Amino acid sequence: MDAFTTHTGTAAPLRRSAVDTDQIIPAEYLKRITRTGFEDGLFVAWRRNEPDFVLNQPQYADASILVAGPDFGTGSSREHAVWALLDGGFRAVISSRFADIFRNNSTKSGLLTVVLPQADVEALWAAVEADPATQVTVDLNARQVSYGSTTVPFEIDDYTRWRLLEGLDDVGLTERHLTAVDTFEAGRPAWLPKALPVV
Amino acid sequence: MPKTLAEKVYDAHVVRSAAGEPDLLYIDLHLIHEVTSPQAFDGLRAAGRTVRRPELTMATEDHNVPTLDILAPIADPVSRAQVEALRKNAAEFGIRLAPMGDRDQGIVHVIGPQLGLTQPGMTIVCGDSHTSTHGAFGALAFGIGTSEVEHVLATQTLPQYRPKQMAVTVDGELPPGVSAKDVILAVIAEIGTNGAQGHVIEYRGSAIEALSMEARMTICNMSIEAGAKAGLIAPDATTFAFLQGRPHVPQGADWDAAVEYWSTLRTDEGAGFDREVHLDASTLTPYVTWGTNPGQGLPIAGSVPDPADAADEGERRATEQALAYMGLTAGTPLRDISVDTVFLGSCTNGRIEDLRVAAELLRGKHIDGNTRMLVVPGSVGVKAQAEAEGLDRVFLDAGAEWRGAGCSMCLGMNPDQLKPGERSASTSNRNFQGRQGKGGRTHLVSPAVAAATALTGKLTAPADLPDVPANAGV
Repeated sequence: MDAFTTHTGTAAPLRRSAVDTDQIIPAEYLKRITRTGFEDGLFVAWRRNEPDFVLNQPQYADASILVAGPDFGTGSSREHAVWALLDGGFRAVISSRFADIFRNNSTKSGLLTVVLPQADVEALWAAVEADPATQVTVDLNARQVSYGSTTVPFEIDDYTRWRLLEGLDDVGLTERHLTAVDTFEAGRPAWLPKALPVV
Repeated sequence: MPKTLAEKVYDAHVVRSAAGEPDLLYIDLHLIHEVTSPQAFDGLRAAGRTVRRPELTMATEDHNVPTLDILAPIADPVSRAQVEALRKNAAEFGIRLAPMGDRDQGIVHVIGPQLGLTQPGMTIVCGDSHTSTHGAFGALAFGIGTSEVEHVLATQTLPQYRPKQMAVTVDGELPPGVSAKDVILAVIAEIGTNGAQGHVIEYRGSAIEALSMEARMTICNMSIEAGAKAGLIAPDATTFAFLQGRPHVPQGADWDAAVEYWSTLRTDEGAGFDREVHLDASTLTPYVTWGTNPGQGLPIAGSVPDPADAADEGERRATEQALAYMGLTAGTPLRDISVDTVFLGSCTNGRIEDLRVAAELLRGKHIDGNTRMLVVPGSVGVKAQAEAEGLDRVFLDAGAEWRGAGCSMCLGMNPDQLKPGERSASTSNRNFQGRQGKGGRTHLVSPAVAAATALTGKLTAPADLPDVPANAGV
């Protein structure tokens, strides 16, 4: 995956809570077998049906940071939701709460998910609504979001931060410990099921 | 130190633990399907990797398979390409696949238990959030993304952080006509769609212990709709009786050894939970959702909520958005809501017991003239069992459609979809905007409410019907 160190761009205020992954990308766009090219499905129902939807507004069309309401990414485990956001030009999503699977998926593909208190999200919404050209910086090194004269720290565990900063592939990291996997496997009871055909 | 059930299963699978790093967890069973796996196999090929334990991996076709003419080539070329990619990948990497037409094909979370691949104490993952279903057997089972699918294929492990522990205790006796689906809809309405975030839920209490395995699967299935990592239930005599004799379940001395181990899989006295919720089963009634997430549900005797009554600005806005999408007016009694379509099926309620409950209510009657009812068994095995019991005739005679197995209208990746503005009563798990088809409106219900609703054309509890036996719909 691409490394994430720091990113500066404009931000789109998505004033909705519990945005589920079916809204981020509906199921009909999941039939592709590639890992890119999902931008056409990103929030497609809202983009088509709601003329004033935030991403339909020209001042937010080039935003690369999404600032969403609480509980972003609920529902389906589809990693396509992360891919669609990346394909749609987003490098970071800020919310006061993320659904677990979505957040986990985001760390595998280099989309930074930043948790800020809801009051800080509200302040950021107000700032980018007042001036859509506001430059927002998400700095993973310093673990902080800054815009104008405001700087807000955020928390992220050291291990995930290191993986994102280095752009590391989890499989490669685990392969360093295959001896431990061999040892564990040797101790598994023989009666555990195998998915081989039973005649 | 006393441990919860989930902690016991987790600890038994830790391959490696190091300070400041996630644990490496061994995965006993990896279920895959056509939608979330192709990019994972491409990743393996690109890195020159292989599948470490193909015999611990099982593939099936479920998400976008048609439920009519299943032996003909899939008409939609994109769906067809995805199914063909799975077939090619399974053949190349030596993974068992239950394709369309196979006796073992079906929704991935229905076939695992049906084949006995799902057993207590296992770790089970799948690129699908409803993997929590398998927790009904006392397994630690959770949904993963495609990058993690690739990781499990390559290493049979996953890096994991220890989840927090939550207990949902349901005591007392469920009233007639109130089912496991109503219990879980009530739980989600109570704690919200984020109520269990970061937690594994253990469902316990006398009402849970009294449930069949099918009903326990319905409850664990929707754990994700409360935001949980997983949901599980301690295995007991009901679990063992369900498993014994199934194809992949151990036999003879191995069975005895397995049962001895499985019997240790319960939460120790004094083990701590980070959060606890209690429900009294005897107070529950059939639940239906009115909004666009599974937490927006109410007892069927209720009315569509008024945004003005919301606790805060965020909830007010969410309620307004939901009512606008659903085409509902605040104050409308839920029983006055007419539906166009009833969908009986999915990994939540597509098992034999669900079909039996609905068929019992429909037997000898005909569904409402303006309503269509789609009955989609969760697997080929469920379909065969239902046909052996004559349930297909009951549904057909009542005017319902009897289809092939798959995910179908739960997520509308195949041709089974709502049209814009159409309204369904659905036994599935998600009422998100557009979930069952662009512009479609979904009310989540139990199989009994689905059948009663099909008969009247409006959201209906089984007890609302004339001449219903007191114990129908349980």
